[in-house]
Amino acid sequence: MYTLGIDIGSTTSKCAILKDGTELVATSLQRGGLGTGGPEEALSRLWRERGLSREDMERVIATGYGRNKFRGADGEVSELTCHALGGRFIFPDLRTVIDIGGQDAKIISLTADGRMSNFIMNDKCAAGTGRFLEVMANILCLDINDLGPIAAKSDKPAPISSTCTVFAESEVISQMANGVEQADLVAGICQSVATRVAALARRAGITQRVCMSGGVARNEAVRRYMAEALNTEISFDPRAQYFGAIGAALYAWRQADQVYSGNF
Amino acid sequence: MAEEVKKAPKPVDVNSAKYKLGKIAADAYTDAFQAKKEGKIVAWVSSNFPVEIPETLGIATVYPENQAAGIAARGAGERMCNVAEADGYSNDICAYARISLAYAKLKECPEQEVAMPDVVLCCNNICNCMIKWYENLAQDLGVPMLMLDIPFNPDYDVPQSIIDYVSAQFWDVVAKLEELFGLKWDDDKFQEVTGFSCRASRAWLAATACAKYTPSPFNGFDLLNHMAVMVTARGKETAGEAMETLYKEYMDNHANGTSTFRTEEKYRIMFEGIACWPYLRVTSTGLKSRGINMVTTIYADAFGFDYNSFEGMIRAYCSVPNAINLEKSRDKRIKLCKDNNVEGLLVHTNRSCKLWSGFMYEMSRQIGEACDIPVTSFDGDQADPRNFSEAQYDTRVQGLVEIMDANKAAKGAM
Ligand code: SF4
Repeated sequence: MYTLGIDIGSTTSKCAILKDGTELVATSLQRGGLGTGGPEEALSRLWRERGLSREDMERVIATGYGRNKFRGADGEVSELTCHALGGRFIFPDLRTVIDIGGQDAKIISLTADGRMSNFIMNDKCAAGTGRFLEVMANILCLDINDLGPIAAKSDKPAPISSTCTVFAESEVISQMANGVEQADLVAGICQSVATRVAALARRAGITQRVCMSGGVARNEAVRRYMAEALNTEISFDPRAQYFGAIGAALYAWRQADQVYSGNF
Repeated sequence: MAEEVKKAPKPVDVNSAKYKLGKIAADAYTDAFQAKKEGKIVAWVSSNFPVEIPETLGIATVYPENQAAGIAARGAGERMCNVAEADGYSNDICAYARISLAYAKLKECPEQEVAMPDVVLCCNNICNCMIKWYENLAQDLGVPMLMLDIPFNPDYDVPQSIIDYVSAQFWDVVAKLEELFGLKWDDDKFQEVTGFSCRASRAWLAATACAKYTPSPFNGFDLLNHMAVMVTARGKETAGEAMETLYKEYMDNHANGTSTFRTEEKYRIMFEGIACWPYLRVTSTGLKSRGINMVTTIYADAFGFDYNSFEGMIRAYCSVPNAINLEKSRDKRIKLCKDNNVEGLLVHTNRSCKLWSGFMYEMSRQIGEACDIPVTSFDGDQADPRNFSEAQYDTRVQGLVEIMDANKAAKGAM
C-alpha cells in the first residue's frame, strides 16, 4: 500500500511516498510553496520520475503552512506532528527535533515512546529562520546553498550581534565595508541563526537523540554551531528536508491501516 | 420565484443574563454622557483602580481600556493606532494607550464614543505604562490626574507596609477629589458601594467557577464579553443582580446538561492573556471548530474583588494579576487549571502588554510542568491588528490539539 505526504512550506514544497508505512520509495522537492505552483510541480515530478499516479495512493495527507489550502489531499495534519513522525521514522530513538524552515523555527519534544509531548516555535520574527539566511546570502551575492561550505573555511566567525534581520543586514554590510573576510562573515551569520534557535531549544529542553530537520539542516555550519551552543551531538540525515513529508505519509499510512483493521 | 423567507429575529429575553449584562455595559457609557450633560463630574479611570472611590463620590466613570477594546473589536484599532503613531507614539507602546491617546486628540470615534473627562484616575497595579499614558491624557486634555500607586509586589504575600502605603493614598485621592470638585465623602454610601462590588464579584467568581463541571456549562469566550460589566460597573447595584442571574443560568445549564458552548466539548484549555479583540471571531472559531472550549482564564477572574474589610479591599487591589510575583501568579493559574480539569494551555504573546507577556515564558513552562499539560503560544495583540497571523495561530492550536489527542490516546492505552 502506498501513501503520500505533501509538505507545503513557505518557500518549498516536498513530497514523500511510503510503501506499507515502512519503506521510503520516492521523494521530490520543488521551490515555491504556499500560493505558488510549487505543490503541483512537486507532485507531477514525483509521478513522472516514479511512474506512479495519484490513483496508486491509498491516502494523501498534506502538512505545512499550505496544508489547508491544498485541494488534493484526504486530510491534513500540522507540520509539528509530521516532523516528529518523520524524524522518528529515520531515527527510531529520536527525542528532540530542531526544525528550521523558511519562515519559522520549532523545537519538538518526543516522549520515549515517540509521542509529541511539547513544542516551542519562534516569535513572529525572521531571525533564526531560513529567511534570515536568504536575506544575508542575497546581500553577499551568494547562493544560500553555498553558505555552509564557505563558513567551513572560517575559524573566527565574525560576531553578528543584532537579533533583528533588518539590523543584522546593516551590520553585515558595515562589516563587509570594514573588510571582514567573507568566510568569517558567513560563519558569523550561520552562528547567529544557530545561537538564536539554540536559545529556543534550551527553553524546550534537550533530550538525546537530537536531530535537525528542515532546509536549514543541510547547512553544515549551522549544525556545528548548534551542537556547540547546546553542547550536544546533533544527528543529521540527508533527507532532513523531507521529514515533514515523510511524517505526513506515515500519518496517512497509520490512518489507512486503521481503516483496514477496523479501528478507525 | 420562490418567496424570500425572512427568519424572524429571536425575541430578546429581558430576564436573561446576556441582556442584563449587555445593558449594564452599554448604560455605563450613556450614564457618563448623561452625567456630563447635567454638569456632573466624569472621570476616566484605569481598570483596576478602586472603583469604590468614584462610585462613593458620585463621579461618573469611563474606562479607556474598555473603550479601546470595543474600538478594536469593531475594527478601528489600526486606524486609531495610526493617529497616535503619526503624533510620534511608538508602535511598541500598548495599543490601548495608543487608541485612547488618539481618542483624546480626535475626541471622536464612531466605534465607541465616550464622555470627555474632568479628571483622570490612574492606578498602576496593572502596569507602569498606565502612568505615562494618563499623564499624557491629563496634559492633552488639560485635566488633573490623580495617581494611586500600587507597586509591583516581589513578595508572595502583601506586606502590611504596602497595605498602609496604599491605604494612605486611597484617602489622599479621596481628599483631593473632594477638594477639586467640592464633593463630600459619605461613609454609609461607601459601605453600600463596597457591598455592591462584593456582591457582583462573588456572583461573578461563582459563575466562572462553574467551569469545574465537565462539560462546562458555558463557552469561555462568553466571559470575555460579560467581564466588561466587572470592569466598568462592578460598584453598581444592578451588576450584582445580573451576575447572580448569570450564575443561576450556568447552574441550570449544568443541571440540564446544556451549555453555551454549542458543540461537543472535546478538549478543555486555559487561555492566558488579554483577548485578541481584532480577531475575536478567528481566535474563537479556531478553537470551537476543533471542539476546544477555553474554560478558564485568569483575565476574567482578575476583576472579581471580594473582601470583608477596608484592609481586605486594599489587599485585593494589591493582588491583581500583574501586581504579584511570578510564584503567586503561577500558583493562582495552577489552581485554575486543576480546579477546571484543563488539558492544555494557550498563551497569547501580546505585543502590547509587555509585562504580562514577558513573564509568561517562564511561568507557562512551570504551569505546564506542574499540571502535566502541553503549552503553546501565539503572537498577537489585544488591539493592534497588525501583530497577528492567522496561519501561525492555526498551526499552533492544531499542534496543541495533536498533543492533547496523543495524551488522551496514551492514557486510554494504559
Ligand atoms: S494591556 Fe498591558 S500594557 Fe496595556 S494598559 Fe493593560 S496592563 Fe498595561
